[in-house]
Amino acid sequence: MGAAPAGGWTTGTIIELDHPTDRLVRLRFHVEDRVDHLPGQHYVVRLRAPDGYTAQRSYSIASDPDDPLLELMVECLPGGEVSGFLHDDAAVGDVLELRGPIGGWFVWEGDAPSVAVAGGSGVVPIVAMTRYARRLGLQDQLKVVVVARTWDDLPYAAELQRYGAFIALTRENLAVEGGGDRVAAPPYPAEVEDLVAGAERAYVCGSVGFASYATRLLEDAGVPTDAIRVEQFGETG
Amino acid sequence: MPITRGFLGKRRPERPDRLPPGQYDTGSGWPTLTAEATPKLDVEQWSMTVDGLVDSPQTWSWREIHALPESTYFGDIHCVTTWSKFDTTFTGVSVDTLLEAAGPRPEAKFVMAHSTTGYTTNLPLEDLTGGKAWVVWDFDGKPLARGHGGPVRLLVPHLYFWKSAKWVTRLELMERDRPGFWEQNGYHDRGDPWLEQRYQGDP
Repeated sequence: MGAAPAGGWTTGTIIELDHPTDRLVRLRFHVEDRVDHLPGQHYVVRLRAPDGYTAQRSYSIASDPDDPLLELMVECLPGGEVSGFLHDDAAVGDVLELRGPIGGWFVWEGDAPSVAVAGGSGVVPIVAMTRYARRLGLQDQLKVVVVARTWDDLPYAAELQRYGAFIALTRENLAVEGGGDRVAAPPYPAEVEDLVAGAERAYVCGSVGFASYATRLLEDAGVPTDAIRVEQFGETG
Repeated sequence: MPITRGFLGKRRPERPDRLPPGQYDTGSGWPTLTAEATPKLDVEQWSMTVDGLVDSPQTWSWREIHALPESTYFGDIHCVTTWSKFDTTFTGVSVDTLLEAAGPRPEAKFVMAHSTTGYTTNLPLEDLTGGKAWVVWDFDGKPLARGHGGPVRLLVPHLYFWKSAKWVTRLELMERDRPGFWEQNGYHDRGDPWLEQRYQGDP
């Protein structure tokens, strides 16, 4: 794999902004002199107060590299200084400092049959990968397993379902195509066996607890530990 | 750069002199960030090697490294993902002690730290000498948790924390710098938090 593209500091103007659920904000930016990204890369968003104080956080890119706008989906964290501002105060027309794309490890270019296992807002970089896969007709090369507590806790739930992702909800039953419900539970190994089979690489994204769960699930399904790439966030206990 | 309309900032640092630019105080939390699956490392199998451009390459078993003089770091740590953690205590052995045993050759200028997982990170040798770096196994008086690199990690607290390789097993002394894992993936070759050396191309 060659070096992934990287961009320096620039600015982005919010062109679209909506709140798909109570805790999510979807931001679509026009980015000045944008450097094309690879699916799975991220951006840094930096906020600047009038006295020069700044706060910055990294967010995964949800958009396909081909999308004229850069899309970020941000989960509002309790007391989150940057996510709280983006959720409550940011508006269309605002200009924010952005830096990206960044990161060359957690990227998928369709170069290997892969499986992605993501939890909650960890689906965002995987969504970029699925959009890319769909545009290039590479859906067979990227199988997706996503886990969330409820349908509303899962960003891009309907889009992921249309992609053919296996969705496991742990706190509510999920209606299954053709009738019946999948009872609330994490994915059973048997449910993901076919998706994992043939994968040469695996991508895991989610909270710290989720990442260790998903890694174990993949290892139990026969994925070698060194084929697993992990992107995790959040605090330990 | 533009002021962000409506942003005042919540977390004014109480001790701004201790917080490098762009960082926030994570308080009692300790975020875990890892690019790989966390390995289960058996200390009976583990060893620490110092080799490359040295007079006599050295390898210590788990027991042997614990027999070396103990050294403790008390202070702050800083992660490129913008959290800083104040007043941490790590115990292990000073990298000076390991280097002294191996005898770096004069042409050795850089070090590649290797982990059991294959993770690598590069450092100038002078960032590992003079009481600035440790190989550690205790955090706050308890064995270091696996997710944080336990049972043993490198600790280079004056640089961003990706330089403090988890599950470290080897320090390779080199004449020329070459990029490690994150450095190949866009991160800075040195990573000084006070200079905000986060990504390639930063000062």
